[in-house]
This record gives sequence, structure tokens and C-alpha cells, in this order.
Amino acid sequence: MTSPLYDLLRQITGYIYPNEIEIHWSILVVVYPYLTGLVAGAFILASLVKVFNVREVYSVYRLSLLTALAFLLIAPLPLLLHLSHPLRSYEIFLNPNLKSAMAMFGFVYAWYLMVVLILEIWFTYRRDMIVWAQGEKFPLRWLHRIMALFSRDISAKAVDFDRKAVKGITIIGIPSAFLLHGYVGFIFGSIKANPWWSSVLIPIVFLFSAIVSGIALVLLLYMVITPLRGEKIDMPCVDKISSYLFYAVILDFSLELLDFIHRLYESEESIKILTEMVMNKLFISLGVMQVLLGMLLPLGLLICIKLFRFDAELRKLLYFVSAILIQMGIFATRWNVVMGGQMFSKSLRGLTAYKMELTGVEGLLTAVALLIIPFFILALLIKILPPWDKAAAPASSEPAS
Amino acid sequence: MLRRSFVFKLLSVLTVVAGSAATRIRAAAQTVRYGMGVQIDKCIGCGRCVEACKEENGVPTEPFYFRTWVERYRIKKDETVVQNIDSRISTDPNPATDGEVLRSFFVPKLCNQCDSPPCVQVCPVGATFTTAEGVTLVDETRCIGCRYCIQACPYGARYLHPVRQVADKCTFCYHRVRQGLLPACVEVCPTQARIFGDLGSNASPLTRFRRMNKIHVLKPQMNTEPKVFYSEMDGEVR
Repeated sequence: MTSPLYDLLRQITGYIYPNEIEIHWSILVVVYPYLTGLVAGAFILASLVKVFNVREVYSVYRLSLLTALAFLLIAPLPLLLHLSHPLRSYEIFLNPNLKSAMAMFGFVYAWYLMVVLILEIWFTYRRDMIVWAQGEKFPLRWLHRIMALFSRDISAKAVDFDRKAVKGITIIGIPSAFLLHGYVGFIFGSIKANPWWSSVLIPIVFLFSAIVSGIALVLLLYMVITPLRGEKIDMPCVDKISSYLFYAVILDFSLELLDFIHRLYESEESIKILTEMVMNKLFISLGVMQVLLGMLLPLGLLICIKLFRFDAELRKLLYFVSAILIQMGIFATRWNVVMGGQMFSKSLRGLTAYKMELTGVEGLLTAVALLIIPFFILALLIKILPPWDKAAAPASSEPAS
Repeated sequence: MLRRSFVFKLLSVLTVVAGSAATRIRAAAQTVRYGMGVQIDKCIGCGRCVEACKEENGVPTEPFYFRTWVERYRIKKDETVVQNIDSRISTDPNPATDGEVLRSFFVPKLCNQCDSPPCVQVCPVGATFTTAEGVTLVDETRCIGCRYCIQACPYGARYLHPVRQVADKCTFCYHRVRQGLLPACVEVCPTQARIFGDLGSNASPLTRFRRMNKIHVLKPQMNTEPKVFYSEMDGEVR
């Protein structure tokens, strides 16, 4: 059988080391930081309610938490599917090389999932689960009882403790969310052999792009789910979320611009090949999709909304379009980081190409499936733990002070 | 009685001292640190080392997998053209006439067996490790195939074995050198452009090579401390 790599030979320009023809980190490795970014961003949005007491955003607090959980549950899958020997993946937990950034994945993930997210969701919903179980029939009755760990105390003292616990966890959670995605950036940023990745700014850029994508996702979800439920969209809430989105995009854009200017100004040995790569291989995905459509256009739309007094309907439309463009832009950002780092030779003399499979474990369809599955998990979570149940409102709608 | 006891104690002490000294000498004798020298001026680009390596180590024959390869440099007045001597990888679209080429030479490449190897640092499960002799190896039974080591190697010396689906690289023919043989590439080189030996021994041909030549290593700015040393290396070589 002829290796598919023979087809790539024609697309090589200049000289690359012979082992570099094969691109090793596929689209699944693009999906992984995209998913973890959504998790971190959604969680940070939720934290705004509890830590900074932003009342307008209360409507999406629980939705943000559930979104973070739905995406976090799927986040390790692309990595697992990418491994050549997935059945040996347990070695990362049993025999981790403590000097390896990647070996820390298991610990960072477990910490975030178990200590932060699940615990916060549990304390947030504990009282409600007890109340729901009282008026429900099997199987939801038992499900909620088990999920509440058979606790029955809904006294004012217990509920007060829940609220304090949530606040405490959120305070730990914010640096943990930073850790989760900053760590993903560190995996790339610490590779000194690769001038496209090796930058101290990469973890920070990852972090802010994560916040941007997470906020945009929750905004989208809220704007889609609310009309489906027959409810009216809470415009002060959407305006506030979009406002945060606007500031996060500005920060993210500034950091990326700083990284770009820094590279150009330093003009290190790699600048020629990187420029060639950006102008040829990444022109569409970086120049058009990431910067123009994914960053500048939504930023322009958000500025217009701030400057002019548009009516609610037009604002909704523009917010929606901006959030979709931002999602596309952040996915393009992940693509450009992961693929860009592999398309040029470490000899700094040539470029290679990535030929994506359609089917197969590391193919496009798998990636699309991994991006869709979290929405089904979220739908299930919403069914089990309704984020807008009115019965739940009295206990948790109190401002977190 | 006292004299007998004294002699007995003296003999015991001497035995212990002699034993410990012998152990130390034996340990010192065993602690070799392997390295390789490459005399660029001697390489004629015949590619026998590449073939021997593929044959000896079961490296796939396709032109995408190499434990060692040979680069051909042609430095022209306004550009540098590099090719893997396996012409299937890349071709020079504008073959230079003699007048345009300023310098031309071959550079054999392989894993640099770094003293500070990034591949060992990044491997999440410790499947890549360094032996007491300073040779970096891959434990095929433990490698999970994450390919982080391939990304971390500044020299492009690693690939994913298409059949075994684990990271693979030059081992200095560890299975041969442990038996007192030379690595396959060194053995077959017709011009002795490759020199293999113990970095610590004064009697080693490698030490003589390092004494007699101006030595360079690849990408010293990476601080990987390579143990593959090049003589007469041009500044264009990366």
C-alpha cells in the first residue's frame, strides 16, 4: 500500500527535515484547547455572579456552570483518541513523569472537575434537588435524591452554608480555571524547539481567548434556549454579557497584537519562514478567519452597539452574529496555533502541509462529533438540573455577598 | 593471641578497602559516555549509513522515516539550497552551474543524544529515558504515542513508527555497542566520516577527534548539550 504521505511531497516548499513530512498533531489537538477554553470561559462568566456580585448575569449563572461541565466531560476525549496507544493512557496517572507538562494533565483535569466544578454545582443545586425530589416520581425522584447524596436539610442554616461554600469554591475556581487553560497554553509555549509556540505570552493569550469563547458560547446558548422555552430574552442580562465579551475581546486582541508586534520587532532567526508560512499556508485561517472575521468584525459590531442606540431586536441580532463570528475566530486561533507550529520545518528552510482526513479516528467527522456531543450532554444536564426552575429561585437568587 | 587478633583485624580492613576500591574501579570502567563525531569534510554523501541504519534497525524504507539521514548543502551567492540525499524528498528546481555554487558539502544528521534532552523532559510517562551511558532510548512497551517528544526535538530526529505506532529514533545502535560493536552507520562509512566512542576515555578515537578539530554542535542556543560533534561545520548548517 502506498503511504498517503507521498501526496504531500508535492506540497513541500524549501527544505524540511525528512521526518517532518507527517503532521503529528491533527485536528483533534485543535479541538482539545478549544473545548477547554470554552470550559474555562463559561466558568469565569459564572464566577462573575458569585464573586463580583453582578446581578444582571444571574440568569445565566447556572447555565454557565452546566455548560462548563458538559464541555469538560468531553475535553479529554480528543486527546485520548489522538493517542496511538490509548489503552496505555492510564500510565499518565500511574507513572507520571513529574518533569513533563503533559503529565500534569490528569491532575489539573481531576482538580478542576472534582474539586471545583462538580462541587460548586452540587452546593448550588443541593437544596433544589431536595425540594424537587419531594414532589417527583421515580426515576427523577431517586436520581435527585442520590445526586443530593441523600441529604435532607434545607434549613436556613444549611442553605446559608451552601451559599458560603459556593462562594469559597468560586474563589478557588477562578485561579483554577486560569490554571486549566493557562496550563494548556503552557504545553505549547514551553516547547523551545518551536519558535511559533515558544512564547511566554502563549498561555496568557490562550487564557483570554478562552474567556472570550466561553462568554460568547453562553451568550449564544442563552439566546437560543430562551425563545425555545417560550420566554423573553432578558436584555439587561444580554447587554451585560456582551459588555464583558467586548472587554474580553479587546484584551485578547491587544495581547495577540502584542505577540505579533513583539515577534516582528525582535525578528529572530525564524521570522522569514514564519512570515512565509503566515502569508501562504495560514493566510485564510489567520488573516481572514481569525483576525478579520473572528476578531475585528465582531469587535466593530460590538463598538457600534455601544455607540449607537439600536433597538432591542437589532441588538439581539448583532450580538448573535458577533458571538458566532467570535466562536469561529477562536477555533481558527486554536487551528493556527496547533497547525502553524507544525507547518514549518525546524530547519527554518521550508514548509509542509496538513491533509485532513474526512473519516477515521483523527478525521474531520470525529472532530465535528466531539464538538457536538457536549451540546447533547448539556441538554441532558438541563433536563436533570433545570437552570431556570422557579422552585429553585428563592434559595439561590439571593445576592452573594 | 593479641598479635593474631591484630592481624585478623588488619586483614579484614584491607579486604574491605580493597573490595570497595575494586568496585569503584569496576564502576569507573563501566561508566562510559557514548558520543559521535562527524567529519563533514570526509562525507561523500554515498548514503550507505542511511541504508545500513534502516536495515539494522528495521526503519521503514519509505522516505518519511529516518533515524539518520544525510543533507546536501549547496551555498550559492544569494541562496542556500539544502536537500536530503534521498531525492524523493525535495529537488532543487534550479540546479546551479559550478560558477554559482560557492561551497558544497554533505552533513550526516541523527539524534544528538543530548545531555539535556527535551524529549525526555516532555515525555508524560517516562517512556523516553537516558541510560547510564548517556544514550536516550524509547521504551516501546510504555510509549503512549502522544508525540510530544517529536514536537520537542529541535533536530527533527524522531518519527512515529508507522507499524509499531510508537516514537522511534537513533539509539547509537545500543544493541550493538553493548556488545562492543560499532553503530551500523559508523561501521559501513567508507570514508570514516563518523567516529564513535567513549567521551570520557583518553584512548577513545572520539577524544582524539575532539582534540584535533575545531568542534561545533547543532543549535547550541537550544542548550540541549548534544553529544554528536561536528568538525568543519558551516554556519549555514541547522
